[in-house]
Amino acid sequence: MQEKDTVLEVKNLYKLFGPYDFLDERKAAFKLLELGASRMDVMETTGIMAAISDVSFSVKRGELFVLIGLSGSGKSTIVRCLNMLHKPTKGEILIDGEDITKYNEKQLQELRRTKVSMVFQNGGLLSHRDVLGNVAYGLEVRGVGKEERENKAMEMINMVGLTGYEHEKLSSLSGGMKQRVGIARALANDPDILLMDEAFSALDPLVKNDLQFELLRIQERMGKTIVFITHDINEAFKLGNRVGILRDGRMVQIDTPEQMLANPADDYVKKFIHNVNTSKVFCVRNIMSTPSCIVKDSDGANTALTSMRANGVSSAYVVGDHMNFIGIVTLEGALAVRDGKKTFSEAIIRDVLQVNDLDAPVADIVPLAANAAFPLAVVDEEKVFRGIITKASVLSSFVA
Amino acid sequence: MTSCLLNFPNINLNIAEPIDEFVRYININYGEVFVAAKKMLSIFINGINGALDMIPWWLMILLVVFATKKLMNSYRNGVIYGGLLFMIGACGYWHMMNETLAIVITAVIFSLLIGLPIGIALAAVRGADTIVRPILDAMQTMPTFVYMIPAVMLLGPGKVPAVLATVVYAVVPVIRLTSHGIRQVDQEVVEASRSFGSSSWQTLFKVQIPQALPTIMTGINQTMMMAVAMVVTCAMIGANGLGMEVLIAINRMESGRGIIAGFAIVIIAIIIDRLTQSLVQKEGK
Repeated sequence: MQEKDTVLEVKNLYKLFGPYDFLDERKAAFKLLELGASRMDVMETTGIMAAISDVSFSVKRGELFVLIGLSGSGKSTIVRCLNMLHKPTKGEILIDGEDITKYNEKQLQELRRTKVSMVFQNGGLLSHRDVLGNVAYGLEVRGVGKEERENKAMEMINMVGLTGYEHEKLSSLSGGMKQRVGIARALANDPDILLMDEAFSALDPLVKNDLQFELLRIQERMGKTIVFITHDINEAFKLGNRVGILRDGRMVQIDTPEQMLANPADDYVKKFIHNVNTSKVFCVRNIMSTPSCIVKDSDGANTALTSMRANGVSSAYVVGDHMNFIGIVTLEGALAVRDGKKTFSEAIIRDVLQVNDLDAPVADIVPLAANAAFPLAVVDEEKVFRGIITKASVLSSFVA
Repeated sequence: MTSCLLNFPNINLNIAEPIDEFVRYININYGEVFVAAKKMLSIFINGINGALDMIPWWLMILLVVFATKKLMNSYRNGVIYGGLLFMIGACGYWHMMNETLAIVITAVIFSLLIGLPIGIALAAVRGADTIVRPILDAMQTMPTFVYMIPAVMLLGPGKVPAVLATVVYAVVPVIRLTSHGIRQVDQEVVEASRSFGSSSWQTLFKVQIPQALPTIMTGINQTMMMAVAMVVTCAMIGANGLGMEVLIAINRMESGRGIIAGFAIVIIAIIIDRLTQSLVQKEGK
């Protein structure tokens, strides 16, 4: 069953750098790598640089898969193999079941034009064109007519929140806006797979946060499969459905963030998570956020539905007269009320887990958060609803 | 025995003679080819010269003023350049200026036709630089008179060998800067272009050349300047125009005449330079 919705599968991928005529050395390097030799040893004995060795992973449709590692761990090389900007030395890359390492130039062009797009660390944007010209570039090389590609590009520009900037020169945009242009350009091709190579690494923290949020929103809406490269564990855990940790060109562990926190595969992973873990101690107060959608219990289902639609969420928080917390109403619940199957009061889910102490350390609420179906509600002594805590915010606080 | 160590030994290596032979051989056996080429080029040069002569002097001055306004956004400079052009005419050099410009324009057109494709090809072929660079260096540093000898032998005196010698001398910067400009385009941008499935031609024409355009324009500007600088030298092989005027002034020891004709060349050079420079800056923005 897993086979069916696997979009991308990488099998035993190797990429060696070194003089092309070093055939014997290459063979020796493979042999050493297969025996598990480290990159340093291989370099010393053969003079060959093993950028990635024996990397395998698979990505499901609609999944956000994060590859994380320090600089030089081979993560950028891997992502460049996925659209064959780098030719792997050995191994298979299956996209929709087809091995793209065996593609010829024409097939590769087709793959890049329709199935795989990439967002680059510094944008890789064309400074001689305006925003619209950049976003339309992918469609232009594909041969789409001017009007059609500009319409599509405008749609993408609106989606990434750059409405009104379509005729701006790139030099007048900020770093965050440029990265939005890069994302819009990649999405304009309507690819199945989006590759993001340290796309947010050069941005300042606030802008980074915005864009991470934006990316999650876009992914939710468009259901793209995303392979995201980063060196920031915080970002990895925040974004990733699953995370793969790379070290010296080898995959150390692939797991969900929760699993990885609970069972790090080895000391390296532990250190990776832990190093940043101990730097700060957070309280509930620090990590809670304000829900975008709050309705009063007296408002009724229609208001709740309108509010959910306006904010693009699927549940609303219900409060009483003095902001005292009552519960959550989901989209299905509200629809049931509208159709007359339930009363609004019945539709409210009341057994939402609550946190009462705003100054409790985050570590204390981890077990609560891990098992909760909904974000935790934070309620103070006067029963006033103060905010919510999502699983993601708990996880990212651990590694921030 | 010892004299061999003190003075350079008498080896008498004679390379010059075979080269002479070679040029003579070409001249005798392929003379008609050169005669035909000369005729074609003459028509080209005279065509441009005729076109320049057809433009009334006031229109030319107005064109320069408005071009300056458009490119540099300054009426003041436009009026200065217009005034300087008027001075050339006032000194009686208008017609000679057109003759000189015709040679310069022809040489620049051919330099670009030859230089741009070579520059692009050089950028594309890895390692080509190591071979071509010394050749370009030699072309640029070789005393310019040296080109004239074979040019005159093959084509006879006149404007055509002048254009040929000028092209050899002035083609270098456009080749160099075109290939340099394309090569220094941000690698990530080229990668991005490829990642969207661009063919090599699409990457070249939609990404590399537009991104390199400011540098390429600088090369074109330098080519123009070098072509202007060649006009006096070319007068020695019978190219009429302002250069000839300077040459005559030297022969007759007429300082005034030489200086004024020289200044006319300077004015042309400055106007061409400033206008193309501001074009570069506009492109770069």
